[in-house]
Amino acid sequence: MAAGVAAWLPFARAAAIGWMPVANLPMPVAPAEKNKRQDELIVLNVSGRRFQTWKNTLDRYPDTLLGSSEKEFFYNEETKEYFFDRDPDVFRCVLNFYRTGKLHYPRYECISSYDDELSFFGIVPEIIGDCCYEEYKDRKRENAERLMDDQEDNKDAKLPNMTFRETMWRAFENPHTSTMALVFYYVTGFFIAVSVITNVVETVPCGSAPNQKEVPCGERYTVAFFCMDTACVMIFTVEYLMRLFAAPSRYRFMRSVMSIIDVVAILPYYIGLVMTDNEDVSGAFVTLRVFRVFRIFKFSRHSQGLRILGYTLKSCASELGFLLFSLTMAIIIFATVMFYAEKGSSSSKFTSIPASFWYTIVTMTTLGYGDMVPKTIAGKIFGSICSLSGVLVIALPVPVIVSNFSRIYHQNQRADKRRAQKKARLARIRITKTGSSGPFIHGKRNGLFNEALELTGSNEEEQHLSKSTSLIESQHHHLLHCLEKTTNHEFVDEQYYQQSYLEAGLQNYPSRSPSLSSQDGVTGTCCTRRSKKRHTPLPNASGPAHMQPLSHTHTQGLQELSTIHIQPLSTSRSSLNMRVDEQAPLNCQGSQITTAIISIPTPPVTTPEGDAHLPTGPTHQNVVKVSAL
Amino acid sequence: MKSRSQEQSLSDSRELDRSHDPLTGSVADEGELSTVCYRPEGLDRLVQQTNFSKKELQILYRGFKNECPSGVVNEETFKSIYSQFFPQGDSSTYAHFLFDAFDTQNNGTVSFEDFVVSLSIILRGSTADKLGWAFNLYDINKDGCITREEMTDIMNSIYDMMGKYTYPCIKDSDAKEHVDNFFQKMDKNKDGVVTIDEFLETCQKDENIMQSMMMFDNVI
Repeated sequence: MAAGVAAWLPFARAAAIGWMPVANLPMPVAPAEKNKRQDELIVLNVSGRRFQTWKNTLDRYPDTLLGSSEKEFFYNEETKEYFFDRDPDVFRCVLNFYRTGKLHYPRYECISSYDDELSFFGIVPEIIGDCCYEEYKDRKRENAERLMDDQEDNKDAKLPNMTFRETMWRAFENPHTSTMALVFYYVTGFFIAVSVITNVVETVPCGSAPNQKEVPCGERYTVAFFCMDTACVMIFTVEYLMRLFAAPSRYRFMRSVMSIIDVVAILPYYIGLVMTDNEDVSGAFVTLRVFRVFRIFKFSRHSQGLRILGYTLKSCASELGFLLFSLTMAIIIFATVMFYAEKGSSSSKFTSIPASFWYTIVTMTTLGYGDMVPKTIAGKIFGSICSLSGVLVIALPVPVIVSNFSRIYHQNQRADKRRAQKKARLARIRITKTGSSGPFIHGKRNGLFNEALELTGSNEEEQHLSKSTSLIESQHHHLLHCLEKTTNHEFVDEQYYQQSYLEAGLQNYPSRSPSLSSQDGVTGTCCTRRSKKRHTPLPNASGPAHMQPLSHTHTQGLQELSTIHIQPLSTSRSSLNMRVDEQAPLNCQGSQITTAIISIPTPPVTTPEGDAHLPTGPTHQNVVKVSAL
Repeated sequence: MKSRSQEQSLSDSRELDRSHDPLTGSVADEGELSTVCYRPEGLDRLVQQTNFSKKELQILYRGFKNECPSGVVNEETFKSIYSQFFPQGDSSTYAHFLFDAFDTQNNGTVSFEDFVVSLSIILRGSTADKLGWAFNLYDINKDGCITREEMTDIMNSIYDMMGKYTYPCIKDSDAKEHVDNFFQKMDKNKDGVVTIDEFLETCQKDENIMQSMMMFDNVI
């Protein structure tokens, strides 16, 4: 519950008057405000700077230093103020948190001093409001990275028990960890370069034999090149296999881009080995050799910049796609126009529209090879329009794309950050949310003791117990309690709800305890899976039965019911389904399947106050409807 | 000529970024904050109008002003404040009915005076006054009688506040049963509506209700 809203709790409680006339059950007793003091001012002296605030303001957060009795340790009797020897600037933020319910992080403040102050005053940094949270997290991350870098410099000594596999993986990923890794890094780099150069040189025509035409080097020194190729491929294969062995998650490694590149780089060689000298497929074989050029992409492991380029291209795909699309549109338009314009002229190169595509592209990108030129006047006019618009069409999207590169690149980084933070934050918010309803449900179990003690009038123990929850919390709980009474249902947490739903789904009544009276012919299971949302759970038993001890006279009937329950708790979902299905045909056979009402004479034990109310209030008939399948 | 064409291009660019609406010609300001600030009448007058002491009014106003610096609560703020007390369920419908009950002048906002006058009835009024206020809350259209539909709406909104995770599970028929119960108890002449007299009469005879009405008296 936010701080400022705590001030509205009296209003919410007053509005609860609206429930009173419709409630059927008597309301629980309100928590007594034993010593209702007038609101007083507190003076907080932080290193000489005096802050003043109402005591109620500080009481809003009882689990912090200022809100709890911990501040009494800092109380100065002579000056009647609380003295803290801390930074007054950061204290300003801390105090504002109490006042407004929002914790802010000032940008000029050092992150570690801020963290220190927060931990001193017992405030969890996760409460920082959205306005400042991102900044806080960024600074914290930077700080942590800096610390990690410092640590890593003196951490290059091998960790004591890393398996051989982990050492290898580490060596592969980070070549600076050991000399072996560095050597390996350079060797593979060298061989990649050698392989690429070999592929290139293979096609250069070497000197010719006197009576033959020039042949490329590849055909002249076939054996040498083959040996070179084999050596490179062997190195690459060994490297790939070693990486595969060392990878912590082999499946993930095999799916990664780099490993695919590796595979594509070495595969043509092996395929070539397999299909040797087969005339039909030699054409395909030649094509395969083209793929050897992909070895150059293996350099991206060695170059950070290449990886970044690939990543940004991937993330700019839509912009590039748009550029391509608009270019295509323009090309088609102009090609059509040029074709029809040049149709008249004789011996025109513009034989068809697709043939004109080449002219349009060359003109629009201002290349202008000159192999196709328009000859008619109309053709020349349109040709010039084409080249002018080409400049515009290309020049306009390019800066947009360039700026998109940097924007998207940075944005992607920030978006990933925020997404990762968001998941964690939502989890924390969920925890605190269950924390806000949690204490109520948790407090209900303790509530039995509180109320019983109040009734029996033992004051000391009651005070001791009520000290643990603040007055505001107990008032809030009382309010929720009144709502429960009004509607005659209880708040439970999600876990318990699922549990009771499961149990109820399994319910059938093969054996009746004698304390239940039932009508004949009821054989239905309590809850069909069809009526998922609303179903009738078993009366009272399993819920509170394991929540708190009950007086002996009432456990008789309940215990039997609860023994029925112990079994279902351990069954798995699949057997649950089986059971329900098994029972279904049985039930359908019964001829008198009617909806029946079981009235249970035992007094209600839904609420922990059952015992407390029994001596005073009237017994209330609990009515449970059971519908048969 | 030049100035006109410049104006033209300016308005075109304004049209593009949608700050200018060519139909109405008005400029939509994005940053116009509502500078409405409502101040209540003097403290003394409020002390006279309500049954609160000066100190109590001061405390109330401080809490009020914290959440609503502009001096008035609109329905959204009201709902969001109220929902913080009931994290498990959906309290917006009930908060809406509450808002209507507090907004005695029917102008869509609750000023501090409205707020404090209603609170004074609830917390410092006689039992008859409190019951009258509750009746006013249930009577959604303020026509002097509670029909079954109005009661059903109110009941549903109360049950909504419980949320999903309850024990026992809330069925659709629960609220209906409760309403039937209520009418059975309150509607003496069985004409399908509950008038203020029937309501007062029945409630004043019911021990539980009378007792619970006085439960929140020392809230402030």
